This record gives sequence, structure tokens and C-alpha cells, in this order.
Amino acid sequence: MSPEQRFQAVIDAEDKIEPTDWMPDAYRNTLIRQIAQHAHSEIIGMQPERNWISRAPSLHRKAILMAKVQDEAGHGLYLYSAAETLGVKRDELQELLHQGKHKYSSIFNYPTLNWADIGTIGWLVDGAAITNQVMLTRCSYGPYARGMVRICKEESFHQRQGYELLIRLCQGSEAQKALAQDALDRWWWPSLMMFGPHDTESTHTEQSMAWKIKRVSNDDLRQQFVDMTVPQADYLGLQIPDPELRWNEERGHYDFGEIDWDEFWLVVKGDGPMNRERIAHKVDAWDEGAWVRAAAIAHAEKLAPPEEET
Amino acid sequence: MTYEVPIAPGESGEIETTAETTGGGWPMWEVFVRARRGVSHVHIGSLHAPDAETALQNSRDVYTRRGEGVSVWVVPSSEIHAFEPDDATDYVEANEKVYRLATTYEIPDEVGQM
Repeated sequence: MSPEQRFQAVIDAEDKIEPTDWMPDAYRNTLIRQIAQHAHSEIIGMQPERNWISRAPSLHRKAILMAKVQDEAGHGLYLYSAAETLGVKRDELQELLHQGKHKYSSIFNYPTLNWADIGTIGWLVDGAAITNQVMLTRCSYGPYARGMVRICKEESFHQRQGYELLIRLCQGSEAQKALAQDALDRWWWPSLMMFGPHDTESTHTEQSMAWKIKRVSNDDLRQQFVDMTVPQADYLGLQIPDPELRWNEERGHYDFGEIDWDEFWLVVKGDGPMNRERIAHKVDAWDEGAWVRAAAIAHAEKLAPPEEET
Repeated sequence: MTYEVPIAPGESGEIETTAETTGGGWPMWEVFVRARRGVSHVHIGSLHAPDAETALQNSRDVYTRRGEGVSVWVVPSSEIHAFEPDDATDYVEANEKVYRLATTYEIPDEVGQM
């Protein structure tokens, strides 16, 4: 058996590929790209939420939001650590992000305009993330799959706190409920966009499915998300902003309208509402932290025992 | 697909990574957590830190935010030594010496549990 056949046999047997195993370059590169993008998304994803930490309406909500933002940092770090098992350096991934060569999920290029956005992000954005990440716990690459197990547990907190926040808002005054509806109106379509292009347009799907990096197609995941979310919106008494949304008895699924693909590609290409601001902020934070990183190294060197002369 | 950004028409998806670091980053550490008394430390992941004390502090922020354990080890990644997967049979005895297994010995039922 050739190394390639042996590799595929491990995958076909539902076994995991581990860092020191032989793997095709394309498998390695696909994973580096995907895991790095995932890590960058977690890190950039802190920005829209940190926007509201200082303005949370109560100490309780502030504590929850800080814990959530800290989780996002943690998720980014587990994922960078998974990417590093494939032979890339974390600093290099940072540089690629800062130079705009590496991307992150477009969802974080939308602004958080009112407090209900925080609840809606938890409910929809983290809900969409869970739909995808549960699938990734079965991914063929061991370190990525293991990272996903940890992340999914924590995402559950993210989604539930968001939905609960919205329940409270929707049980409040008319004005509070209007905030929740406004947030849903703005986040619904970008959330559906998170699942990516239609399967017919998705260039990498077939190979990624054969390698079991990806296990369910974009459109199937999107359908799963819509089916799960519509009753949750009903419970809140909110209106999903899609006139074509309706239950299809025959299919046993909800039918829904078409995504605005022009907007989708605009944001992917860097012209969304917040693309430039997000990266500029990330680069500033990195540059402003340079002295801390250097000082920590200097301190460690000072503490290290002097090397023995040989 | 969530968090995977598609390649836009006219863009290249190929990004060269070199495994070269330019920033002189912090060294890597492997983190092991003992979930509770009575069980071994188990590898949970890795992180970067300038020294052991900071590695322990970072491990709390990265890996043990929800009571995941009662004890943490951090070990410089450069100190972990391993054999190549292809050499596994040189190091780990394959289960072909069946006489090493208790279940290959037949004990009459009347002897009872053994």
C-alpha cells in the first residue's frame, strides 16, 4: 500500500489522523487554512462583543459577557495550537491575518448596534457555529476534532445565555422587544451566510468530504439551522425577516428565501461594514502589546540559570 | 460553512506558509491536567509562554476556566521525545503473543471465578 492509500484507509475506517502521520500536502494545507481561519474568527469575534462590555445593563450581564469574550480568546488559542501541530508557527499566522492574506468569518464584519445584538449573536451566530462545529468534532484530524469537543461545550453556554437574554428583552416593554426585532432583522441573513456558498458553488466540498474534514454540506447545515431556529423565533414572538419562509410539509423542512450573494461576496472580499476597522484594531492591539512580549522574554532570560561553560 | 471563508472569484486560495517565525515568539509548552484526585495527568493541549510560571498562569486562562482539574503540569514542548508512527512496532509490542493474555488459558467452570 502506498502512503496515500494507507492514509485514506485510516480515514475510511473512521480512525483519526495524528500530527506525525504522513498526509498529502493538500490535506495539510487545507487544514492549516481552515483551522487558522477558524482561530482568526474566534479572535476577531471578540471585537463586536467587547463593544458592549462597558455598556452591559447589569453587573450580571457584564460578568457573563466578559466570560464569553474570554472563551472566544481561549477558543482562538486552542485552534492556533491545533494549527501548529501541522507545522506552522503562530506568529506567522498572526502576520498573515494582519496582512489581510488570511481571512476570518464574514459575520464579524457586521457592527453591534444595540444591546439586543449581544443576545442575537449568542442565539444565531453561536447557534450557527454549533451546527457546524458539532460536525467538526467528527473531523478526521485528531487535534482539530479534540479542540472542537471542548469548544462545543463552551458554545452551548454562549448560545443559551444569548437566547435567555432575548427572552428577557421580549418579555419586557414594547421598546425592548423592538430592539430584539431590530437585531434579528440585521443578523438573520448574515447568519445564514455563515454556512457559505451553495453546494453547487462550493469548490472544496467534494475533496473535504472524502477526507472527512467536512462531513455535512453547506446547504444541509444551513437547512438544519433554519429548521432548528424558526420555532425558537416563534417562542420569542419575533418575526424572521424572510417573506418566503414557510413550512414545507412534503419536504419536512422549512423553505426559505435566497441569500443576497452580492452582499456575501462583497464582505468576503473585504468591503463589509467593519472589515477595515476590525483588522486595524487587531494590528494596533498586537503592536501595542509588543513591549509586553519583549519584557516577558527579558524577564524569563534574567531568571534562567546561567548556562554552564563547557 | 461556518468560519470557513470561501475563495472569492478572482482570488487565490493558496497561501504560502513557511514555518519560519519572524517575531521571535515565546516558546511552546505542553499542558497536562489531572481532572480529579485518583487519575493521571492527561495531555490537554499546548500554549506559548516565556517561562514556566507564566505557562502555568496561561494554562489557567486557556484550559481550565471551568474547574477542569486539580493539578496542572507544563512541560517545554522541546522536551517531549517521541518515535515516528511508522516505527511503532519497534517500540510497542503488537498483541501477537497471545500467551501473554489471561483469556487464552482455559480454566474449568467448576474451579469458579479466576
